[in-house]
Amino acid sequence: MSKKRISRRRFLVRGGLGTMGILAVGTYLFRNPIRRGIAGVINKGETPYMGNTSSPIIWFEVTSENNIVLHSPKVEMGQGTFTSLAQIAADELEVSMGQMKVVHANSDSGNLDGFATGGSTSVSSLWVPLRELAATMREMIKNKAADKMEVSSEQLSIANGVVSGGGKTMSYAEVVQDVSEWDVPDTPVLKDIKDYKFVGKPIPRVDLKDKVFGAPIFGMDATLPNMLYGAVVRSSTIGAKYVDADISKAEGMPGVIKVIQEPDFVGVVAKSFIEAENAKMAIKVNWKVERNWQTSDIEAMIAVGKGVPFVIQKEGDAEDLLSDGANIISYEYKSPIGAHAQLEPNGALAHVEWDKATIIMSTQVVKITRGEIAKRLELDEEKVNIVPTFLGGGFGRRLHTPNAIQAAVMSKAVGKPVKCYFTRKEEFQNDTFRPPTHHVLKAKLTENGMIEAMEHNVSSGDVAFGSPMVPAIAAPILGADVGAWRGGMIQYGAIPHFSTISWRVTLPFATSWWRSLGLLANTFAIESFMDELAIAAKKNPVEFRLSQIQEDDSGFRLKEVIKAVVEKSGYKDEVVNGRAMGFAASTDANTPCAQVVEVSIVDKEIKVHKVTCAMDPGIAVNPDQVRAQCEGAIIMGMSAAMFEKMDVEDGQLTPTIYGPYQMALMKNAPKEIDVVLLQHDDKPGAVGEPPLGPIGAAIANAVFRLSGQRLRNMPLKLS
Amino acid sequence: MKISFTINGESKSVEIADEKTPLLWVVRDILDLKGTKFGCGKAACGACTLHVDGEAIRSCTYAVKFAEGKELTTIEGLGDEQNPHPVQQAWIEEVVPQCGYCQPGFMMATAALLDKIPNPTDEDIDKNIINVCRCATYYRMRKAIHRAAELNAEVEPSTETQTS
Repeated sequence: MSKKRISRRRFLVRGGLGTMGILAVGTYLFRNPIRRGIAGVINKGETPYMGNTSSPIIWFEVTSENNIVLHSPKVEMGQGTFTSLAQIAADELEVSMGQMKVVHANSDSGNLDGFATGGSTSVSSLWVPLRELAATMREMIKNKAADKMEVSSEQLSIANGVVSGGGKTMSYAEVVQDVSEWDVPDTPVLKDIKDYKFVGKPIPRVDLKDKVFGAPIFGMDATLPNMLYGAVVRSSTIGAKYVDADISKAEGMPGVIKVIQEPDFVGVVAKSFIEAENAKMAIKVNWKVERNWQTSDIEAMIAVGKGVPFVIQKEGDAEDLLSDGANIISYEYKSPIGAHAQLEPNGALAHVEWDKATIIMSTQVVKITRGEIAKRLELDEEKVNIVPTFLGGGFGRRLHTPNAIQAAVMSKAVGKPVKCYFTRKEEFQNDTFRPPTHHVLKAKLTENGMIEAMEHNVSSGDVAFGSPMVPAIAAPILGADVGAWRGGMIQYGAIPHFSTISWRVTLPFATSWWRSLGLLANTFAIESFMDELAIAAKKNPVEFRLSQIQEDDSGFRLKEVIKAVVEKSGYKDEVVNGRAMGFAASTDANTPCAQVVEVSIVDKEIKVHKVTCAMDPGIAVNPDQVRAQCEGAIIMGMSAAMFEKMDVEDGQLTPTIYGPYQMALMKNAPKEIDVVLLQHDDKPGAVGEPPLGPIGAAIANAVFRLSGQRLRNMPLKLS
Repeated sequence: MKISFTINGESKSVEIADEKTPLLWVVRDILDLKGTKFGCGKAACGACTLHVDGEAIRSCTYAVKFAEGKELTTIEGLGDEQNPHPVQQAWIEEVVPQCGYCQPGFMMATAALLDKIPNPTDEDIDKNIINVCRCATYYRMRKAIHRAAELNAEVEPSTETQTS
């Protein structure tokens, strides 16, 4: 990424916000063609920040208490971004962590992210822009202090938001008081990373206390005066189209204010959540259903050879070498439909007044939601203010927000604020699922037991193509679904001939981004297959991999995490005291990650005792939170690999509740997780998703050593 | 009908049309205590866990009429920044929360567990802490539960605990 400097012309400052001091208003220009923008973000770890280019844009506020409020264009969904951004800003602004407050930028602030919060890009994409903005603001305040204090700026020093020099001191709050004209300097030289006091340190999360003491910070917690509750009738059947509804019974039910019929949905507004839900159940809807889908129909669609192929990786001529049939090793792997199952259901609190709308909600796509609401209500986008809240889990589920439109339509119909949320059953049935996949891997070994040629064919439902972030127009430009092939490319570049082919299938229900996109399933397939090849070659699975990694920067970083995890875990390819170790590695968005699991089998149940994880995300802005992401991703990945599965029965996606939708719980979580962080890059890279890659294959590889059973389908079940 | 109970040390009476209304919605939407969360509405995830007479219950399926005359505690009443409950203190020390949505339910379940089993083993934790956390913070939660047990033990048994 080019180090584009802040445009001086666009770094404006607006004076006087009541007694609050100033709003520093800046913009960071960066525009990319869609192809490079999206593909770069998803796959290479080159993560441009795609900020708004209109002004003004609010980034920082100085409060009268001499605190700094950072308006974050990225939302906090647990990944720890707020804390990392506060650390980065505090270091360049010369304030303490205690002085930093982070809030979600309302769309009214102009601080809008053109991409989304997702793809493990938040900290990496803001690393340069945020430091430049903070450093510029620090210099502006310092220069203004020099004027006010009548001391030359060279004599001034700054600590904890207080400017000192020539025997005088002045806080930032005092400096910015009553200032309306600001001189904006050229972007200052950024500090040396070794001089940072907060970046690189395990600072406690800035949202820790709110989350421990139960503060009302989530979308579901939002309230407005005179608020009512909405409920929308949703089909439980795949592909059902709304025709019409009999609302006569619902209209007279207790607490009902109004039943609202729209061309595409019917909903009810009532005085309480329960009254709205009860009335909803009394509405009889006619649905048009064209086909009664079953799991077998879906499995038949997701098959390599069906759909549209696209070659996404090709070195040498693997196809030709693997076509003659002799001495070819080939296995197939599968992954099921996965649900997001985030704890906070989707929904929104909408307040539509005659010429404007306010929407308070958990969303990963502030800008897209604003556009969708404006279109439906026929308002200018500037008249729609999206107020993002903390998210009760994101994982890609909040990249689609049609329920915000429904809340807005109902609010407009009753002239009061309306809060409308999914029930858990609706959440499971209307999810934007992780698509099922089918993988065919083929390879040929040399006489020395090295891979001569290898090919990965992957069939998947849409991931990025199902997302509003990738408009339909982009599909022909991009060719293959960048989300589906995330993690699908072969990372062993010293193999002479290798290729990857992605087969696109569009399923009858919504499929989309699920934390790490295709990485989980693709790594499960490739790294299970690598293990099978190592066994066929009679080689140690780690040595087998190391010998086929290319000599370049990404190859070096991958080898380093592999060596680190082996050393830390004491990896041995043997069964000791009923426990076996399993190994796997992946590279996702330029972050390599290797894991070793220790597994036993008791009564046909797979038990994961310990996971050792080595990862190189470059600079870990907050090493404790990088570790937390590894720990969480490992257990979430275990959950998906060992337990989770949605089925289609008589047109309905099922199960629709926790429990029957089996997930890893406390009892399944490993008692030991050991994380080793390496840093062979001079900038922060992807963190939140890469550690989901290796876990599935690592477990399957350990299970094979214990049981002799090679489990090639997720979820992993012993026979 | 009118239903009266004590919640977080305060006496409250609520007027409610349907006595079968889940306690969760009374707590969240009438008493405006938002720390107790809606996750599933079927007592399957534990996000709505609060205490009724010291017992952890899942309030999304607990009819409000059963709260009559009882003592209720929610996360807001467990402790505060000046006087955190040992479970909250342990959660802070171990930096447990990620998204944070399920955490009040886990902390309430843990506080009730420690009342019954002051020094739980890993097996006790596995058997009793059965809420759902999608961020999968279980590894740190387990450490925090053991830490909370330690913090509890540091409090003299004879002195009054300030956990109401």
